[in-house]
Amino acid sequence: MNDAIRLDRVTRFIDTLKQARELGLSVTEAREGNLTLCLPYSDRIIGNPDTGVIHGGAITTLMDTTSGSVILCALDEFELCPTLDLRVDYMRPAEPHKPVYARAETYKVTRNIIFTRCEAYQEGGETIANCVGTFMRIGKEATPKHYRDLITGGGQ
Amino acid sequence: MTDPDIYRYTRETGDFSRLLQSIPYATFIGLECDQFGDDLIFRLPKKEENLGNPILPAIHGGVIGGFMELSAAIYLMMSQDSMRMPRIVDFSLDYLRAGLNRETYAECRLTRQGNRVANVMVTAWQKSRSQPIATARAHFLLED
Repeated sequence: MNDAIRLDRVTRFIDTLKQARELGLSVTEAREGNLTLCLPYSDRIIGNPDTGVIHGGAITTLMDTTSGSVILCALDEFELCPTLDLRVDYMRPAEPHKPVYARAETYKVTRNIIFTRCEAYQEGGETIANCVGTFMRIGKEATPKHYRDLITGGGQ
Repeated sequence: MTDPDIYRYTRETGDFSRLLQSIPYATFIGLECDQFGDDLIFRLPKKEENLGNPILPAIHGGVIGGFMELSAAIYLMMSQDSMRMPRIVDFSLDYLRAGLNRETYAECRLTRQGNRVANVMVTAWQKSRSQPIATARAHFLLED
């Protein structure tokens, strides 16, 4: 699988997540075991109206989505892997009016569990948040074939 | 962060609508809060836009996280009599069951409060309180 296929798969995958569409998440870069997504700034996700800083929950969703989707860049076949746990450390508030990026990697893939880490940042800025996650592998059969075909573009 | 009038109104009436309307992210996911005596129950009504997994379908894990995180912050603000949204330091979330496409509830508990940092536990459930869909704990930095 090359990076173009990875990018296509992740793009199709996040397009099926209604909340990801609602937030306007897009794929910036997809490589083997490595993925970057972008969260555009929006007034709708502000957590603190005085400062215009977006809410940590939107960052959590960005990081959860990136960590969950990087799995598509690590496995040859598409599997839907539910999140077991997520730990988010907030370093600093995101600067208003600028997009936030999240870069995730799978640092260990086992038969049952996938371990990920993820960093949220802004262009030219310092880290906003770090996150580690674990995802459970329930096997590709647990995902209906039509959905797998939708993500992989059918029999790729 | 909060307009003192909104804060006072919320405290006196137990009506959280004005407070929540002042926080765009709360409106974005649809968070609501009801007060029963001293207890606060946070509510996330069923909402298509909050879905992640389209197969089950289930609420996006990040939305469950955001819901619990914001619930914890509001809970802490009210229990501390503070008008500022506390700043979150870290957040640790265990997903126990799929959050299906239905109304979700959360309650919070102040586990420990120091001078500078508070620890809050959050439990989220749907059909039955005894079968939580997620538990979380968060540390907040207290700024006067």
